[in-house]
Amino acid sequence: MLRRLLPHPLLTILLILVWQMLVNKVTPGNLVLGTILGVLIPLITAPYWPDIPRLRSLPRIVEYIVIVLWDICVANVQVAVIILFKANANTRPAWVTIPLDLRTPEAITVLASTITLTPGTVSSDLAADGRSLLVHCLDAPDPDAVRDEIKARYERRLMEIFE
Amino acid sequence: MIVDILIAACLVISGIFGLVGSIGLIKLPDPMMRLHAPTKATTLGVGGALIASMLYFHFVVGQFSFHEFMIVLFLFLTAPITGHFIAKTHLHLGHRPEDLPPTGTDRPWASYESDEARAAIEAAAEAEAEAARKGG
Repeated sequence: MLRRLLPHPLLTILLILVWQMLVNKVTPGNLVLGTILGVLIPLITAPYWPDIPRLRSLPRIVEYIVIVLWDICVANVQVAVIILFKANANTRPAWVTIPLDLRTPEAITVLASTITLTPGTVSSDLAADGRSLLVHCLDAPDPDAVRDEIKARYERRLMEIFE
Repeated sequence: MIVDILIAACLVISGIFGLVGSIGLIKLPDPMMRLHAPTKATTLGVGGALIASMLYFHFVVGQFSFHEFMIVLFLFLTAPITGHFIAKTHLHLGHRPEDLPPTGTDRPWASYESDEARAAIEAAAEAEAEAARKGG
């Protein structure tokens, strides 16, 4: 019964929190409105999201977020240097295929988003069976190194979080 | 005073990265490469401006504001999706499948699999699942 009413408990909590942050003030009225939204939205969207992802450990999620934020800062500087100081003739754009060990759709979505958010790589397409990811690199003299880094740095951690 | 310097530094950083992103849009030669420039402007460029705004409201105005967190959250949720859509549109419009690396699996990239092929594969998989259900 509870499972039917709250198909995604974590999403409900997240929606309530986000609503409080959006109005920027925690009052009883806002809590009630937030709870109503937090119950209704997961119910309405449940048909599009049948499986519940299992998140294994909170410290690992925090670790992942910190690593990604740090990588975003570093990669921003790297790409700025490429744009400002490297001649177009010297940049080596490349397509890279990343074979995926992840199977959960949520985990693959997080991985693809991470790749796009870190500048210098954009995830562009997925194989039709969802087993490999097509990534475009702005400047990759060694495409294999990019693939290995993404697999070791992000995918391994996501495996520990999701699967 | 220190806060003023910090806020100014954040604003300058965000301005620089926004500018570099725009320069990249002009300078880089092909659409896929140009896609990399704006993804930068949304992360550090907007991020710097938001940190500056947070510092200002906390230390100068004296009230804490969550809105910057929300902007970051929504940006990080939506930016990869637009990037993905632009990339897929580019694959459909101006790219040939031969230019891409192989998928390494027995099916092609999703953008290039024809609807008939996908329907056939999915129908086969469904029939198999149905048979397994009946058998089990």
